[in-house]
Amino acid sequence: MKRYLPLMIFFGLAVLLGIGLTLNPRELPSVLIGKPAPQFELDRLDTPGQFSPSELKGKAWLLNVWASWCSACIQEHPVLNDIAKSYDFPIVGLNYKDQDRDAKDWLALRGNPYKVVIADREGRVGVDYGVYGVPETFVIDKAGRIVYKHIGPVTQQVFKDKLLPELQKAQR
Amino acid sequence: MKHSFYWLMPLLLAFSLTVSAKTASSIASNPNAEARLIELSAELRCLVCQNESLASSQAPLAEDLRREVREQIALGKDNSEIISYLTDRYGDFVTYRPPFKARTVLLWLLPPALLIVGLILLWLRLRRITPPAAKPDADAIKALQQEFDGKNHDRD
Repeated sequence: MKRYLPLMIFFGLAVLLGIGLTLNPRELPSVLIGKPAPQFELDRLDTPGQFSPSELKGKAWLLNVWASWCSACIQEHPVLNDIAKSYDFPIVGLNYKDQDRDAKDWLALRGNPYKVVIADREGRVGVDYGVYGVPETFVIDKAGRIVYKHIGPVTQQVFKDKLLPELQKAQR
Repeated sequence: MKHSFYWLMPLLLAFSLTVSAKTASSIASNPNAEARLIELSAELRCLVCQNESLASSQAPLAEDLRREVREQIALGKDNSEIISYLTDRYGDFVTYRPPFKARTVLLWLLPPALLIVGLILLWLRLRRITPPAAKPDADAIKALQQEFDGKNHDRD
């Protein structure tokens, strides 16, 4: 029994390290889950004026962080267009560290799924939301709390399995 | 390992300051504040290139976070307040020294625990290799002594 001990330790370590390999180190759990969404007031890009999250109190909504320089955003954009067509949940597009001109051209080319488009030109609101990689998508509930965060592009699968159930819960 | 690169940091920081000269505020000329920025950002992790510190990273996010730290310094916040400003947004992962709490107990205690277990095992093994000399049996010594003295012929 005792002579197999090193072998058992080896296999134990191999299993642990193997599990470690399947985890994505870039995916950090957000500390903001369950906390009130940070307040801000930013210029709108779709119409003149400003937007603040308190305007959507009483509704569950998505905050999608995107930029025209972000290639994964091109990938997720058709999914967002579909969501906007099929569901009532407002999607707010936070244009992160971008040029207004580029952002507007990008939306004109690919379609605008956003109820509101706002410009975070210096990335300050991004810092408040703990944004570290674009795209990121937050689910914010009726009471204005962040209930879920998805890092990386939204796919049909991600929307169906994660975002939609969270949105439906957040609407109740 | 970490220490051997300290001499590089002022250099890198100077470089990043010249690169982002337009965003560097007047505080850049305040050597005290700059020293604190270097000291703090060496302790903080860049979330984009996760093995780089905030001081050494050229990622745009690292620049933004350095700007936030610089502004917090200008507001007169102390180091622990600035670190909690960042951990409130990005979690404990931004610090290279995670705080001691329920979730990090294993992280902090496992290495010393393994060291102690290893030392105990080593000590047990060393003790087995050189066992203490057996206490001589009094009867055997007496018999040997008699043999030496040539007094045990009758017992042969």
